[in-house]
Amino acid sequence: MSGSFSIDGVTVPFETGQSIMDAALAAKIYIPHLCHNPEFQPHGSCRLCCVTANGRTVAACTTLATDGLEVANETHEITTRRRLLLKLLFVEGNHVCPACEKSGACQLQAVAYHCGMLAPEFVHFYPKRAVDASHPETIIDFNRCILCELCVRASRDHDGKSVFNISGRGIDAHLTIDSPSGRLGDSRFSASDKAARVCPVGAILPKHRGYEIPIGRRLYDQESISQVGDVASHREQEDG
Amino acid sequence: MHTVQENDPSNLLQRLIGLQQAFRHIPSDAIDHLAESLGLSRAFILGVIQFYSFLHSSPRGEYDILFSDNITDQMQGSRLLAQRLASKLGVDIGRTRDDQRVTLDYTSCTGMGDQGPAALVNGHPITRLTMERVDQLAALIEQAVPLDNWPAELFQVSAGVERRDIVLNSDYKPGTAILRCLEEGAEELLRRLEQAGLRGCGGAGFSTAKKWRFCASTESAERYVVCNADEGEPGTFKDRYLLQAHADRLFEGMTLCAAVIGARRGFLYLRGEYRYLLGPLQQILQQRRENGLLGQAILGRDGFDFDIDIHLGAGAYICGEESALIESLEGKRGIPRNRPPFPVTRGYLGMPTVVNNVETLANAALIAQQGVEWFRSVGTAQSPGSKLLSISGDCERPGIYEFPFGTPISEILAACQAHHTQAVQIGGAAGRLIPPAEFNRTLAFEDLATGGSFMVFNQSRELLNAIDNFTRFFRHESCGFCTPCRVGTAMLTKQLGKVMVGHATSKDLDELGTLGSLMRQTSHCGLGQTAANPILDGLEKFPDIFQSRLRSTSFEPAFDLDASLEEARAITGRSDPGAHLEGGGV
Ligand SMILES: Cc1cc2nc3c(=O)[nH]c(=O)nc-3n(C[C@H](O)[C@H](O)[C@H](O)COP(=O)(O)O)c2cc1C
Ligand code: SF4
Ligand code: SF4
Ligand code: FES
Repeated sequence: MSGSFSIDGVTVPFETGQSIMDAALAAKIYIPHLCHNPEFQPHGSCRLCCVTANGRTVAACTTLATDGLEVANETHEITTRRRLLLKLLFVEGNHVCPACEKSGACQLQAVAYHCGMLAPEFVHFYPKRAVDASHPETIIDFNRCILCELCVRASRDHDGKSVFNISGRGIDAHLTIDSPSGRLGDSRFSASDKAARVCPVGAILPKHRGYEIPIGRRLYDQESISQVGDVASHREQEDG
Repeated sequence: MHTVQENDPSNLLQRLIGLQQAFRHIPSDAIDHLAESLGLSRAFILGVIQFYSFLHSSPRGEYDILFSDNITDQMQGSRLLAQRLASKLGVDIGRTRDDQRVTLDYTSCTGMGDQGPAALVNGHPITRLTMERVDQLAALIEQAVPLDNWPAELFQVSAGVERRDIVLNSDYKPGTAILRCLEEGAEELLRRLEQAGLRGCGGAGFSTAKKWRFCASTESAERYVVCNADEGEPGTFKDRYLLQAHADRLFEGMTLCAAVIGARRGFLYLRGEYRYLLGPLQQILQQRRENGLLGQAILGRDGFDFDIDIHLGAGAYICGEESALIESLEGKRGIPRNRPPFPVTRGYLGMPTVVNNVETLANAALIAQQGVEWFRSVGTAQSPGSKLLSISGDCERPGIYEFPFGTPISEILAACQAHHTQAVQIGGAAGRLIPPAEFNRTLAFEDLATGGSFMVFNQSRELLNAIDNFTRFFRHESCGFCTPCRVGTAMLTKQLGKVMVGHATSKDLDELGTLGSLMRQTSHCGLGQTAANPILDGLEKFPDIFQSRLRSTSFEPAFDLDASLEEARAITGRSDPGAHLEGGGV
């Protein structure tokens, strides 16, 4: 079964069972998103992909496409809302973009740019979070984690290791690592895991590869995220 | 019959609650043991422990005292009482004394609004706290008197009723409804519930018959019925009353539901704050088994096998949301699922599941016994029957009230003898703040829907304190899954704090409005969607309480608050939102 619906007036075909997001990705229409990666179960937590479908606000990644649905995606109202959501993410963590290795290849930064966000204006929470450098090949900077749970899903559903978990509640929710010490170096994580290549921001980074591609020539330096898509899919290609 | 094995991972939460009770925390080696026997990772288990407020990785004191911190407790002086106990015992609130004797802390509303200020001591409720009682507690603790030997009157929870109507005036005989259902058939029962127009009493008001039908019509080998006794909404305690005084009705309702949907197993999800009811409830279940109303071949009907387990919560308001409740029943963190699929198609262990509120199930049993006309004899066309209210706050007669749907707020206020009322919060922290101009509005799904919380504030109260209390409640109870609620609730408390201390400007109010509407529109579940209600209602209906605290109102003589908030709330049509949102720091 299949059908079609519209996104901002453009007709989009879909197969039964496809979400609005899946159908949009297939049609190369960009719906801003952070916690979605088509390789994993939809999550619906970042809420950046919220669109209106027949006037109701829904998350595009967890809402099935239906025949004749009228979806609004890049309206002024929705983009304004997205800027505010992005601000909340910037406020929550510690994102010092100019000093981040991921700068230019970070989805958070790129989506923020796409949505026309210049600088976060709220007072930051400046949470005290650590950096875990215990693993020989991979470093985790918890300051940059946006709790998208892609690493959690990848490690659990793809790698079969469940190295990553979420603990705490509310604003105290945080990423944890399954090992006796709670550190990555003591866990079953390996740099060849899928979980090493799904982080949309600079929270999980390979060691010894810093600044390999000079700033100015990175993924989103050249083209907008709405054209080139997720950083994870590019990493898959690079790594073969 | 399917029973859960001791080592089934879905037992994790119940096992952790047992460990917490036995050892005052979850010891590290117990976590290793659980990880091995349940086949779960250590980090997963730690994640569950850190999700629930009543589970701890480091030991609590021998006496673990939690003061109920709802606004109604505070209005009765709870904070002073807590401070007195703290100074008597020489321990800070939020800490455990060095000798491990005692821990003091605050907790979300414990459901004793009609007999507060209240606290929990090792999970047992203590009501009607006074300075004398606090001194008595301090002495008992210093003398290390075992809890079992504490004076019984400290733990008395009264189940008085201030007003009865059709439901509470009816007698009820255990088994009548089941017998009738067996005689007349499930379809006839459904038809009766449909005609009676019974709607969910947990707040959303979904048709109960429809819910049961959906579940029954989903193909599956197993189906489940769950009674939602999480009652976490601040200011509500009517389910506590029903569990205490009419548990037979709700178990009968669950059994009827089981007959209709073909469930063999049901759960009562009991909030941790009501653990004191566990023993009595289990006795009633046992009695029902002995009377052939539960177990194998109920009332002699071959193949009608159904039994009920009680699962405890552990201090998480979000677990009242039906899909989070199911996650919690499965032993996990209470994170709401994506819906659809709804529990009626994919619920507990992925099987079709009915989740109903305590009052809904009790009413279902009564309707089966008393008939359609009896139920429809009161109420409105769209909201037939009556509603139990938990009334607390500024009134002379707080307590349980049964009112027909359609009753005006003014009549309710007169009945509970509230005077000089400034506002009523209906439906709990997630509900609505109602000013006197709207006291002619009525209690009904088509007007003011409520799960049953009804908190009264008289003119001597600073309403902003109530709004602040509710906003903090949501910050504490947000599950943390989605961005707008996780960060938004933290941001709201911060921004509101700025208003409270007189540092805010009108731009900060704009920001509150904008953030609130973002949360309302984009949050993943009902908690985040309603968490800004107190602030948004306050801004709309009581603008003066905000405006009078602003830093520089005098410099903006032409400032029209209402107009600017309208704009903020809509988000739409804002030419440059950045310009409105700046100036976070003072
Ligand atoms: C944050 C949140 C908390 C809730 N808490 C409760 C609760 O404590 N008790 C309850 O019956 N329903 C609660 N609900 C509503 C349930 O999700 C669900 O709608 C209800 O249990 C269905 O039963 P009913 O149809 O009999 O009302 C809550 C909903 C939300 C979003
Ligand atoms: S570390 Fe990266 S992938 Fe994992 S939850 Fe945080 S942001 Fe998402
Ligand atoms: S709205 Fe709040 S409680 Fe609900 S899923 Fe989001 S963070 Fe959790
Ligand atoms: S991409 Fe849909 S909620 Fe995150």
